[in-house]
Amino acid sequence: MNTATLDASPALSVPLDKIDVSNPDLFVSDTIGEYFARLRKEDPVHYCAESAYGPYWSITKYNDIMAVDTNHQVFSSEAGVGGIIIDDNSVRSEGLSLRSFITMDPPDHDAQRKTVSPIVAPSNLMVLEKTIRERMQNILDRLPVGEEFDWVDNVSIELTTQMLATLFDFPFEERRKLTRWSDVTTAEPGSGIIDSWEQRTKELQECAASFMTLWNERVNAKEPGNDLISMLAHSPATRNMPPEEFLGNILLLVVGGNDTTRNTMTGSVLALNRFPKEFEKLKANHALVDTMVPEVIRWQTPLAHMRRTALEDYEVGGKTIKKGDKVVMWYLSGNRDEDAIERPEELIIDRARPRQHLSFGFGVHRCVGNRLAEMQLKILWEEILARFSHVEVLEEPERVRSNFVHGYAYMPVRLHA
Amino acid sequence: MPLIKYIDANGTEYAVEAAPGISVMEAAVKNSVPGIDGDCGGAAACATCHVYVDPEWIGRTGPAAEGLEQSMLEFAEDVTDQSRLACQIIVADNLDGLILKLPEKQH
Repeated sequence: MNTATLDASPALSVPLDKIDVSNPDLFVSDTIGEYFARLRKEDPVHYCAESAYGPYWSITKYNDIMAVDTNHQVFSSEAGVGGIIIDDNSVRSEGLSLRSFITMDPPDHDAQRKTVSPIVAPSNLMVLEKTIRERMQNILDRLPVGEEFDWVDNVSIELTTQMLATLFDFPFEERRKLTRWSDVTTAEPGSGIIDSWEQRTKELQECAASFMTLWNERVNAKEPGNDLISMLAHSPATRNMPPEEFLGNILLLVVGGNDTTRNTMTGSVLALNRFPKEFEKLKANHALVDTMVPEVIRWQTPLAHMRRTALEDYEVGGKTIKKGDKVVMWYLSGNRDEDAIERPEELIIDRARPRQHLSFGFGVHRCVGNRLAEMQLKILWEEILARFSHVEVLEEPERVRSNFVHGYAYMPVRLHA
Repeated sequence: MPLIKYIDANGTEYAVEAAPGISVMEAAVKNSVPGIDGDCGGAAACATCHVYVDPEWIGRTGPAAEGLEQSMLEFAEDVTDQSRLACQIIVADNLDGLILKLPEKQH
Protein backbone atom coordinates (compact mmCIF):
# COMPACT_ATOMS: atom_id res chain seq x y z
CA MET A 1 0.00 0.00 0.00
CA ASN A 2 1.58 3.32 -0.96
CA THR A 3 1.55 6.46 1.18
CA ALA A 4 -0.42 8.52 -1.29
CA THR A 5 -3.50 6.32 -1.00
CA LEU A 6 -3.12 6.16 2.78
CA ASP A 7 -3.04 9.95 3.05
CA ALA A 8 -6.18 10.22 0.99
CA SER A 9 -8.03 7.56 2.97
CA PRO A 10 -11.12 8.73 4.86
CA ALA A 11 -10.11 6.25 7.56
CA LEU A 12 -7.40 8.69 8.59
CA SER A 13 -9.25 11.98 8.09
CA VAL A 14 -12.59 11.24 9.77
CA PRO A 15 -12.76 12.51 13.39
CA LEU A 16 -12.16 9.68 15.84
CA ASP A 17 -15.56 9.99 17.49
CA LYS A 18 -17.29 9.70 14.11
CA ILE A 19 -15.73 6.37 13.24
CA ASP A 20 -18.38 3.67 12.92
CA VAL A 21 -16.77 0.33 12.10
CA SER A 22 -20.17 -1.39 12.05
CA ASN A 23 -20.98 0.18 8.67
CA PRO A 24 -21.35 -2.82 6.32
CA ASP A 25 -20.21 -0.70 3.34
CA LEU A 26 -16.68 -0.70 4.77
CA PHE A 27 -16.69 -4.50 4.59
CA VAL A 28 -17.96 -4.55 1.00
CA SER A 29 -15.22 -2.14 -0.10
CA ASP A 30 -12.66 -4.00 2.04
CA THR A 31 -11.49 -0.71 3.58
CA ILE A 32 -12.46 -1.79 7.11
CA GLY A 33 -8.86 -2.75 7.92
CA GLU A 34 -7.70 0.87 7.67
CA TYR A 35 -10.27 1.93 10.27
CA PHE A 36 -9.29 -0.87 12.62
CA ALA A 37 -5.60 0.01 12.23
CA ARG A 38 -6.37 3.56 13.29
CA LEU A 39 -8.48 2.49 16.27
CA ARG A 40 -5.82 0.05 17.48
CA LYS A 41 -3.30 2.89 17.40
CA GLU A 42 -5.31 5.85 18.62
CA ASP A 43 -8.30 4.53 20.57
CA PRO A 44 -8.22 0.76 21.02
CA VAL A 45 -11.34 0.67 23.22
CA HIS A 46 -13.57 2.97 21.20
CA TYR A 47 -17.07 4.27 21.86
CA CYS A 48 -19.37 4.89 18.92
CA ALA A 49 -22.34 6.95 20.14
CA GLU A 50 -24.46 6.68 17.01
CA SER A 51 -24.84 3.81 14.58
CA ALA A 52 -27.57 1.89 12.81
CA TYR A 53 -27.40 -0.52 15.77
CA GLY A 54 -27.34 2.09 18.53
CA PRO A 55 -24.32 3.02 20.65
CA TYR A 56 -21.60 0.39 21.12
CA TRP A 57 -18.03 -0.14 22.27
CA SER A 58 -15.38 -1.54 19.92
CA ILE A 59 -12.62 -3.71 21.38
CA THR A 60 -9.83 -3.85 18.80
CA LYS A 61 -6.65 -5.21 20.47
CA TYR A 62 -5.88 -8.92 20.85
CA ASN A 63 -5.32 -8.89 24.62
CA ASP A 64 -8.37 -6.74 25.38
CA ILE A 65 -10.52 -9.09 23.28
CA MET A 66 -9.10 -12.05 25.21
CA ALA A 67 -9.98 -10.31 28.51
CA VAL A 68 -13.60 -9.70 27.45
CA ASP A 69 -14.06 -13.10 25.80
CA THR A 70 -12.91 -15.01 28.90
CA ASN A 71 -15.01 -12.97 31.34
CA HIS A 72 -18.52 -14.33 30.80
CA GLN A 73 -19.55 -13.28 34.32
CA VAL A 74 -19.37 -9.61 33.29
CA PHE A 75 -19.81 -9.81 29.52
CA SER A 76 -23.00 -11.73 28.79
CA SER A 77 -23.97 -13.57 25.62
CA GLU A 78 -27.57 -14.11 26.76
CA ALA A 79 -30.25 -13.63 24.07
CA GLY A 80 -32.43 -11.86 26.63
CA VAL A 81 -29.94 -8.98 26.92
CA GLY A 82 -29.07 -8.84 23.20
CA GLY A 83 -27.14 -11.96 22.18
CA ILE A 84 -23.85 -12.19 20.31
CA ILE A 85 -24.31 -10.02 17.22
CA ILE A 86 -24.22 -6.21 17.12
CA ASP A 87 -27.71 -6.18 15.64
CA ASP A 88 -30.30 -6.98 18.36
CA ASN A 89 -32.66 -8.10 15.59
CA SER A 90 -30.57 -11.25 15.17
CA VAL A 91 -32.16 -12.74 18.30
CA ARG A 92 -35.45 -10.81 18.42
CA SER A 93 -37.31 -9.39 15.45
CA GLU A 94 -40.74 -9.43 13.78
CA GLY A 95 -42.49 -12.41 15.38
CA LEU A 96 -39.26 -14.35 15.85
CA SER A 97 -37.26 -15.02 18.97
CA LEU A 98 -34.12 -17.17 18.95
CA ARG A 99 -32.04 -18.60 21.79
CA SER A 100 -29.26 -21.18 21.52
CA PHE A 101 -26.26 -22.25 23.52
CA ILE A 102 -24.15 -19.54 21.93
CA THR A 103 -26.63 -16.97 23.26
CA MET A 104 -26.71 -18.43 26.78
CA ASP A 105 -24.40 -17.95 29.72
CA PRO A 106 -23.29 -20.82 32.00
CA PRO A 107 -24.81 -23.00 33.40
CA ASP A 108 -27.54 -23.33 30.67
CA HIS A 109 -24.87 -22.96 28.01
CA ASP A 110 -22.63 -25.73 29.31
CA ALA A 111 -25.36 -28.38 29.41
CA GLN A 112 -26.57 -27.77 25.85
CA ARG A 113 -23.15 -27.36 24.29
CA LYS A 114 -22.07 -30.65 25.79
CA THR A 115 -24.86 -32.38 23.86
CA VAL A 116 -23.48 -31.49 20.44
CA SER A 117 -19.78 -31.52 21.29
CA PRO A 118 -19.21 -35.29 20.66
CA ILE A 119 -20.13 -35.11 16.96
CA VAL A 120 -17.19 -32.78 16.28
CA ALA A 121 -14.78 -34.31 18.80
CA PRO A 122 -11.50 -35.66 17.39
CA SER A 123 -12.53 -39.33 17.59
CA ASN A 124 -15.68 -38.80 15.53
CA LEU A 125 -13.79 -36.64 13.04
CA MET A 126 -11.58 -39.60 12.20
CA VAL A 127 -14.80 -41.43 11.20
CA LEU A 128 -15.93 -38.48 9.06
CA GLU A 129 -12.62 -37.92 7.32
CA LYS A 130 -13.13 -40.58 4.65
CA THR A 131 -16.55 -39.22 3.65
CA ILE A 132 -15.26 -35.66 3.47
CA ARG A 133 -12.31 -36.67 1.32
CA GLU A 134 -14.43 -38.67 -1.13
CA ARG A 135 -16.86 -35.79 -1.55
CA MET A 136 -14.03 -33.32 -1.95
CA GLN A 137 -12.48 -35.53 -4.67
CA ASN A 138 -15.84 -35.76 -6.46
CA ILE A 139 -16.31 -32.02 -6.46
CA LEU A 140 -12.78 -31.23 -7.58
CA ASP A 141 -12.76 -33.90 -10.30
CA ARG A 142 -15.82 -32.34 -11.95
CA LEU A 143 -14.35 -28.84 -12.17
CA PRO A 144 -13.34 -27.52 -15.61
CA VAL A 145 -9.62 -26.90 -16.13
CA GLY A 146 -8.70 -23.73 -18.03
CA GLU A 147 -12.19 -22.21 -17.89
CA GLU A 148 -13.53 -19.41 -15.72
CA PHE A 149 -16.00 -20.41 -12.98
CA ASP A 150 -17.19 -19.17 -9.57
CA TRP A 151 -15.20 -20.79 -6.77
CA VAL A 152 -17.69 -19.70 -4.09
CA ASP A 153 -20.69 -21.50 -5.51
CA ASN A 154 -19.00 -24.49 -7.12
CA VAL A 155 -16.57 -25.41 -4.37
CA SER A 156 -16.90 -23.54 -1.08
CA ILE A 157 -20.69 -23.62 -0.81
CA GLU A 158 -21.08 -27.06 -2.33
CA LEU A 159 -18.57 -28.70 -0.06
CA THR A 160 -19.65 -27.14 3.25
CA THR A 161 -23.29 -27.77 2.42
CA GLN A 162 -22.66 -31.44 1.67
CA MET A 163 -20.83 -31.72 5.00
CA LEU A 164 -23.66 -30.07 6.87
CA ALA A 165 -26.25 -32.32 5.23
CA THR A 166 -24.19 -35.28 6.45
CA LEU A 167 -23.92 -34.01 10.04
CA PHE A 168 -27.70 -33.43 10.21
CA ASP A 169 -28.52 -36.46 8.06
CA PHE A 170 -30.60 -33.93 6.09
CA PRO A 171 -32.16 -35.02 2.74
CA PHE A 172 -29.14 -34.75 0.48
CA GLU A 173 -30.93 -33.52 -2.66
CA GLU A 174 -32.48 -30.65 -0.67
CA ARG A 175 -29.18 -29.57 0.85
CA ARG A 176 -29.11 -26.09 -0.73
CA LYS A 177 -31.97 -25.19 1.60
CA LEU A 178 -29.35 -25.30 4.36
CA THR A 179 -27.23 -22.76 2.49
CA ARG A 180 -30.23 -20.48 2.09
CA TRP A 181 -31.23 -20.71 5.77
CA SER A 182 -27.68 -20.02 6.84
CA ASP A 183 -27.52 -16.90 4.66
CA VAL A 184 -30.95 -15.71 5.83
CA THR A 185 -30.08 -16.15 9.50
CA THR A 186 -27.15 -13.72 9.40
CA ALA A 187 -28.67 -11.29 6.88
CA GLU A 188 -30.22 -7.93 7.51
CA PRO A 189 -32.60 -6.17 5.09
CA GLY A 190 -30.63 -4.43 2.34
CA SER A 191 -27.89 -7.04 2.29
CA GLY A 192 -29.21 -8.45 -1.00
CA ILE A 193 -30.34 -11.65 0.74
CA ILE A 194 -33.60 -10.53 2.39
CA ASP A 195 -35.81 -7.49 1.85
CA SER A 196 -37.43 -7.29 5.29
CA TRP A 197 -37.35 -8.78 8.78
CA GLU A 198 -40.79 -10.28 8.03
CA GLN A 199 -39.29 -12.21 5.14
CA ARG A 200 -36.50 -13.50 7.40
CA THR A 201 -39.03 -14.66 9.98
CA LYS A 202 -41.12 -16.42 7.36
CA GLU A 203 -38.20 -18.30 5.82
CA LEU A 204 -36.79 -19.30 9.20
CA GLN A 205 -40.19 -20.60 10.28
CA GLU A 206 -40.12 -22.83 7.20
CA CYS A 207 -36.71 -24.02 8.37
CA ALA A 208 -38.14 -24.80 11.82
CA ALA A 209 -40.99 -26.79 10.28
CA SER A 210 -38.64 -28.76 8.09
CA PHE A 211 -36.37 -29.70 10.99
CA MET A 212 -39.36 -30.47 13.21
CA THR A 213 -40.42 -33.13 10.71
CA LEU A 214 -36.96 -34.73 10.88
CA TRP A 215 -36.96 -34.44 14.69
CA ASN A 216 -40.34 -36.19 14.96
CA GLU A 217 -39.11 -39.02 12.75
CA ARG A 218 -36.03 -39.53 14.94
CA VAL A 219 -37.13 -38.75 18.49
CA ASN A 220 -38.78 -42.13 19.05
CA ALA A 221 -36.07 -44.26 17.51
CA LYS A 222 -34.87 -46.91 19.99
CA GLU A 223 -31.29 -46.59 18.74
CA PRO A 224 -30.59 -42.87 18.27
CA GLY A 225 -28.74 -42.11 15.03
CA ASN A 226 -25.29 -40.54 15.02
CA ASP A 227 -26.53 -37.23 13.59
CA LEU A 228 -27.02 -33.83 15.20
CA ILE A 229 -30.83 -33.94 15.16
CA SER A 230 -30.92 -37.35 16.85
CA MET A 231 -28.37 -36.19 19.41
CA LEU A 232 -30.46 -33.13 20.30
CA ALA A 233 -33.68 -35.16 20.32
CA HIS A 234 -32.30 -37.76 22.72
CA SER A 235 -30.21 -35.70 25.14
CA PRO A 236 -31.86 -34.69 28.44
CA ALA A 237 -30.39 -31.18 28.08
CA THR A 238 -32.06 -30.52 24.74
CA ARG A 239 -34.97 -32.90 24.17
CA ASN A 240 -37.57 -30.58 25.71
CA MET A 241 -36.45 -27.27 24.28
CA PRO A 242 -39.01 -24.48 23.84
CA PRO A 243 -39.55 -23.48 20.16
CA GLU A 244 -37.20 -20.47 20.32
CA GLU A 245 -34.37 -22.74 21.49
CA PHE A 246 -35.19 -25.51 19.02
CA LEU A 247 -34.88 -23.17 16.04
CA GLY A 248 -32.09 -21.21 17.72
CA ASN A 249 -29.85 -24.23 18.16
CA ILE A 250 -30.59 -25.61 14.69
CA LEU A 251 -29.66 -22.27 13.13
CA LEU A 252 -26.55 -21.99 15.28
CA LEU A 253 -25.31 -25.32 13.93
CA VAL A 254 -26.34 -24.49 10.36
CA VAL A 255 -24.54 -21.14 10.39
CA GLY A 256 -21.60 -22.38 12.45
CA GLY A 257 -20.95 -25.26 10.09
CA ASN A 258 -21.50 -23.36 6.90
CA ASP A 259 -20.65 -19.67 6.48
CA THR A 260 -17.41 -19.83 8.39
CA THR A 261 -15.74 -22.73 6.62
CA ARG A 262 -17.19 -21.66 3.27
CA ASN A 263 -15.62 -18.22 3.46
CA THR A 264 -12.30 -19.52 4.71
CA MET A 265 -12.20 -21.94 1.76
CA THR A 266 -12.60 -18.99 -0.59
CA GLY A 267 -10.25 -16.86 1.50
CA SER A 268 -7.54 -19.52 1.38
CA VAL A 269 -7.48 -19.40 -2.43
CA LEU A 270 -7.42 -15.59 -2.40
CA ALA A 271 -4.66 -15.50 0.22
CA LEU A 272 -2.38 -17.84 -1.70
CA ASN A 273 -2.90 -15.71 -4.82
CA ARG A 274 -2.00 -12.56 -2.89
CA PHE A 275 1.12 -14.18 -1.42
CA PRO A 276 2.59 -16.20 -4.31
CA LYS A 277 5.86 -16.92 -2.48
CA GLU A 278 3.88 -18.68 0.23
CA PHE A 279 2.08 -20.72 -2.43
CA GLU A 280 5.47 -21.73 -3.86
CA LYS A 281 6.56 -22.81 -0.37
CA LEU A 282 3.41 -24.90 -0.04
CA LYS A 283 3.86 -26.54 -3.43
CA ALA A 284 7.46 -27.40 -2.56
CA ASN A 285 6.41 -28.93 0.76
CA HIS A 286 2.84 -30.22 1.02
CA ALA A 287 3.32 -30.97 4.73
CA LEU A 288 2.98 -27.22 5.32
CA VAL A 289 -0.79 -27.62 4.85
CA ASP A 290 -0.88 -28.35 8.61
CA THR A 291 0.30 -24.86 9.55
CA MET A 292 -1.14 -23.10 6.50
CA VAL A 293 -4.68 -24.01 7.54
CA PRO A 294 -4.75 -22.28 10.96
CA GLU A 295 -2.85 -19.34 9.45
CA VAL A 296 -5.45 -18.89 6.74
CA ILE A 297 -8.22 -19.09 9.35
CA ARG A 298 -6.51 -16.19 11.12
CA TRP A 299 -5.91 -14.25 7.90
CA GLN A 300 -9.53 -14.60 6.80
CA THR A 301 -11.21 -14.31 10.24
CA PRO A 302 -14.55 -15.54 8.83
CA LEU A 303 -16.60 -13.98 11.63
CA ALA A 304 -15.62 -10.33 11.99
CA HIS A 305 -17.04 -9.90 15.47
CA MET A 306 -18.81 -11.29 18.50
CA ARG A 307 -20.88 -9.04 20.70
CA ARG A 308 -21.43 -9.08 24.47
CA THR A 309 -23.50 -6.98 26.89
CA ALA A 310 -21.95 -5.68 30.12
CA LEU A 311 -23.78 -6.87 33.24
CA GLU A 312 -21.88 -4.41 35.47
CA ASP A 313 -19.53 -1.44 35.15
CA TYR A 314 -16.12 -2.72 34.10
CA GLU A 315 -12.82 -1.23 33.01
CA VAL A 316 -11.18 -2.37 29.76
CA GLY A 317 -8.03 -0.72 28.41
CA GLY A 318 -8.47 2.29 30.69
CA LYS A 319 -12.10 2.97 29.67
CA THR A 320 -15.11 2.31 31.87
CA ILE A 321 -17.77 0.27 30.14
CA LYS A 322 -21.13 0.82 31.84
CA LYS A 323 -23.64 -1.79 32.88
CA GLY A 324 -25.98 -2.48 29.93
CA ASP A 325 -23.53 -1.27 27.27
CA LYS A 326 -23.11 -3.18 24.03
CA VAL A 327 -19.52 -4.42 23.60
CA VAL A 328 -18.23 -5.61 20.23
CA MET A 329 -15.05 -7.71 20.08
CA TRP A 330 -13.64 -7.25 16.58
CA TYR A 331 -11.80 -10.52 15.98
CA LEU A 332 -10.88 -9.23 12.52
CA SER A 333 -8.97 -6.39 14.17
CA GLY A 334 -7.40 -8.44 16.98
CA ASN A 335 -6.04 -10.86 14.38
CA ARG A 336 -4.21 -7.92 12.76
CA ASP A 337 -2.79 -6.61 16.06
CA GLU A 338 0.94 -6.08 15.58
CA ASP A 339 1.51 -6.28 19.36
CA ALA A 340 0.24 -9.87 19.41
CA ILE A 341 1.11 -11.23 15.95
CA GLU A 342 4.29 -10.61 13.99
CA ARG A 343 3.71 -9.08 10.50
CA PRO A 344 -0.02 -9.63 10.94
CA GLU A 345 -1.07 -8.36 7.51
CA GLU A 346 0.94 -11.09 5.83
CA LEU A 347 0.03 -14.67 5.22
CA ILE A 348 2.98 -16.70 6.51
CA ILE A 349 2.19 -20.39 6.16
CA ASP A 350 4.94 -21.71 8.43
CA ARG A 351 4.44 -19.62 11.57
CA ALA A 352 5.74 -21.28 14.74
CA ARG A 353 2.44 -20.90 16.68
CA PRO A 354 -0.23 -20.53 13.98
CA ARG A 355 -3.14 -21.42 16.27
CA GLN A 356 -2.67 -18.34 18.43
CA HIS A 357 -5.47 -16.39 16.76
CA LEU A 358 -8.93 -15.15 17.69
CA SER A 359 -10.99 -16.60 14.84
CA PHE A 360 -12.49 -19.35 17.05
CA GLY A 361 -12.91 -17.07 20.07
CA PHE A 362 -11.65 -17.99 23.53
CA GLY A 363 -13.44 -18.96 26.72
CA VAL A 364 -16.64 -20.99 27.12
CA HIS A 365 -18.00 -19.95 23.71
CA ARG A 366 -14.91 -21.04 21.79
CA CYS A 367 -15.95 -22.60 18.48
CA VAL A 368 -17.04 -26.19 19.06
CA GLY A 369 -16.39 -27.16 15.42
CA ASN A 370 -12.84 -25.81 15.18
CA ARG A 371 -11.22 -29.16 14.42
CA LEU A 372 -13.84 -30.04 11.81
CA ALA A 373 -13.22 -26.71 10.10
CA GLU A 374 -9.47 -27.31 10.08
CA MET A 375 -9.93 -30.82 8.77
CA GLN A 376 -12.14 -29.70 5.86
CA LEU A 377 -9.61 -27.05 4.84
CA LYS A 378 -6.72 -29.48 5.17
CA ILE A 379 -8.39 -32.06 2.94
CA LEU A 380 -9.38 -29.38 0.42
CA TRP A 381 -5.78 -28.27 0.01
CA GLU A 382 -4.32 -31.77 -0.01
CA GLU A 383 -6.68 -32.64 -2.85
CA ILE A 384 -6.06 -29.36 -4.72
CA LEU A 385 -2.29 -29.88 -4.54
CA ALA A 386 -2.70 -33.43 -5.85
CA ARG A 387 -4.56 -32.15 -8.97
CA PHE A 388 -3.79 -28.59 -9.95
CA SER A 389 -0.70 -26.41 -10.22
CA HIS A 390 -2.65 -23.21 -9.53
CA VAL A 391 -6.11 -21.87 -8.69
CA GLU A 392 -5.86 -18.47 -10.31
CA VAL A 393 -8.11 -15.70 -9.02
CA LEU A 394 -9.23 -13.74 -12.11
CA GLU A 395 -10.59 -10.60 -10.46
CA GLU A 396 -11.23 -9.14 -7.02
CA PRO A 397 -13.95 -11.14 -5.26
CA GLU A 398 -17.34 -9.67 -4.49
CA ARG A 399 -17.73 -9.40 -0.72
CA VAL A 400 -20.73 -10.11 1.50
CA ARG A 401 -22.45 -6.98 2.83
CA SER A 402 -22.17 -7.78 6.51
CA ASN A 403 -20.21 -6.67 9.56
CA PHE A 404 -20.57 -10.18 11.01
CA VAL A 405 -19.97 -12.70 8.22
CA HIS A 406 -16.62 -11.70 6.73
CA GLY A 407 -16.88 -13.43 3.40
CA TYR A 408 -17.39 -13.61 -0.31
CA ALA A 409 -20.40 -13.75 -2.60
CA TYR A 410 -18.50 -14.44 -5.82
CA MET A 411 -14.92 -15.14 -6.86
CA PRO A 412 -14.06 -16.07 -10.46
CA VAL A 413 -11.11 -18.44 -10.84
CA ARG A 414 -9.35 -20.56 -13.46
CA LEU A 415 -7.68 -23.87 -12.72
CA HIS A 416 -4.27 -24.68 -14.15
CA ALA A 417 -3.50 -28.33 -14.81
CA MET B 1 14.93 -27.66 38.46
CA PRO B 2 11.90 -29.93 38.89
CA LEU B 3 11.57 -32.72 36.34
CA ILE B 4 8.18 -33.07 34.64
CA LYS B 5 7.32 -36.25 32.73
CA TYR B 6 4.80 -36.19 29.89
CA ILE B 7 3.62 -39.54 28.55
CA ASP B 8 1.75 -39.50 25.24
CA ALA B 9 -1.11 -41.80 24.23
CA ASN B 10 1.38 -44.30 22.71
CA GLY B 11 3.39 -44.49 25.91
CA THR B 12 6.35 -42.37 24.74
CA GLU B 13 7.83 -40.37 27.61
CA TYR B 14 9.15 -36.80 27.35
CA ALA B 15 11.04 -35.62 30.44
CA VAL B 16 11.51 -31.88 30.77
CA GLU B 17 13.34 -29.78 33.35
CA ALA B 18 11.05 -26.89 34.14
CA ALA B 19 11.66 -23.64 35.99
CA PRO B 20 9.49 -23.09 39.08
CA GLY B 21 6.82 -20.47 38.40
CA ILE B 22 5.98 -21.34 34.80
CA SER B 23 3.07 -23.63 33.95
CA VAL B 24 3.51 -27.21 32.83
CA MET B 25 1.84 -26.14 29.54
CA GLU B 26 4.58 -23.55 28.96
CA ALA B 27 7.25 -26.09 29.91
CA ALA B 28 5.84 -28.52 27.35
CA VAL B 29 5.52 -25.95 24.56
CA LYS B 30 9.03 -24.53 25.15
CA ASN B 31 10.48 -28.03 24.91
CA SER B 32 8.36 -29.03 21.91
CA VAL B 33 6.51 -31.82 23.69
CA PRO B 34 3.95 -32.90 21.07
CA GLY B 35 0.28 -33.11 22.04
CA ILE B 36 0.01 -29.95 24.13
CA ASP B 37 -1.12 -26.98 22.06
CA GLY B 38 -1.89 -24.12 24.47
CA ASP B 39 -3.52 -21.98 21.79
CA CYS B 40 -4.80 -19.32 24.21
CA GLY B 41 -1.36 -18.77 25.71
CA GLY B 42 -2.27 -19.89 29.22
CA ALA B 43 -5.63 -18.27 30.03
CA ALA B 44 -7.58 -21.51 30.56
CA ALA B 45 -9.60 -20.36 27.58
CA CYS B 46 -9.15 -22.99 24.84
CA ALA B 47 -8.77 -26.41 26.54
CA THR B 48 -6.00 -27.50 24.16
CA CYS B 49 -3.62 -28.41 26.99
CA HIS B 50 -5.76 -31.14 28.55
CA VAL B 51 -3.65 -33.60 30.58
CA TYR B 52 -4.32 -36.45 33.02
CA VAL B 53 -2.40 -36.08 36.27
CA ASP B 54 -1.06 -39.43 37.49
CA PRO B 55 -3.24 -40.61 40.41
CA GLU B 56 -0.15 -40.59 42.70
CA TRP B 57 0.24 -36.86 42.02
CA ILE B 58 -3.30 -35.48 41.88
CA GLY B 59 -3.17 -34.82 45.64
CA ARG B 60 -0.30 -32.41 45.12
CA THR B 61 -1.57 -30.64 41.97
CA GLY B 62 -5.15 -30.62 43.19
CA PRO B 63 -8.18 -31.21 40.93
CA ALA B 64 -9.41 -28.79 38.23
CA ALA B 65 -10.36 -25.42 39.71
CA GLU B 66 -13.95 -24.29 39.80
CA GLY B 67 -14.86 -21.66 37.24
CA LEU B 68 -13.20 -21.33 33.86
CA GLU B 69 -10.94 -24.40 34.13
CA GLN B 70 -13.81 -26.76 34.95
CA SER B 71 -16.07 -25.09 32.37
CA MET B 72 -13.48 -25.40 29.63
CA LEU B 73 -12.73 -29.03 30.52
CA GLU B 74 -16.42 -29.81 29.97
CA PHE B 75 -15.69 -29.56 26.25
CA ALA B 76 -12.59 -31.73 26.11
CA GLU B 77 -12.96 -35.40 25.19
CA ASP B 78 -12.75 -38.27 27.71
CA VAL B 79 -12.48 -36.08 30.80
CA THR B 80 -11.84 -37.85 34.12
CA ASP B 81 -11.23 -36.85 37.76
CA GLN B 82 -7.53 -36.67 36.85
CA SER B 83 -8.12 -34.13 34.06
CA ARG B 84 -6.51 -30.71 34.33
CA LEU B 85 -5.56 -27.90 32.01
CA ALA B 86 -1.76 -27.91 31.99
CA CYS B 87 -1.67 -24.10 31.86
CA GLN B 88 -3.23 -24.05 35.33
CA ILE B 89 -0.60 -26.27 36.99
CA ILE B 90 2.38 -24.18 38.08
CA VAL B 91 5.79 -25.83 38.38
CA ALA B 92 7.06 -25.94 41.98
CA ASP B 93 9.73 -27.89 43.85
CA ASN B 94 7.14 -30.24 45.36
CA LEU B 95 6.14 -31.29 41.82
CA ASP B 96 9.61 -32.70 41.00
CA GLY B 97 8.91 -35.98 39.19
CA LEU B 98 5.29 -35.09 38.27
CA ILE B 99 3.79 -37.53 35.76
CA LEU B 100 1.25 -36.24 33.21
CA LYS B 101 -0.50 -38.43 30.65
CA LEU B 102 -1.61 -36.85 27.38
CA PRO B 103 -4.91 -37.51 25.57
CA GLU B 104 -4.88 -38.94 22.07
CA LYS B 105 -5.84 -35.57 20.59
CA GLN B 106 -6.73 -32.10 21.88
CA HIS B 107 -10.22 -30.88 20.98
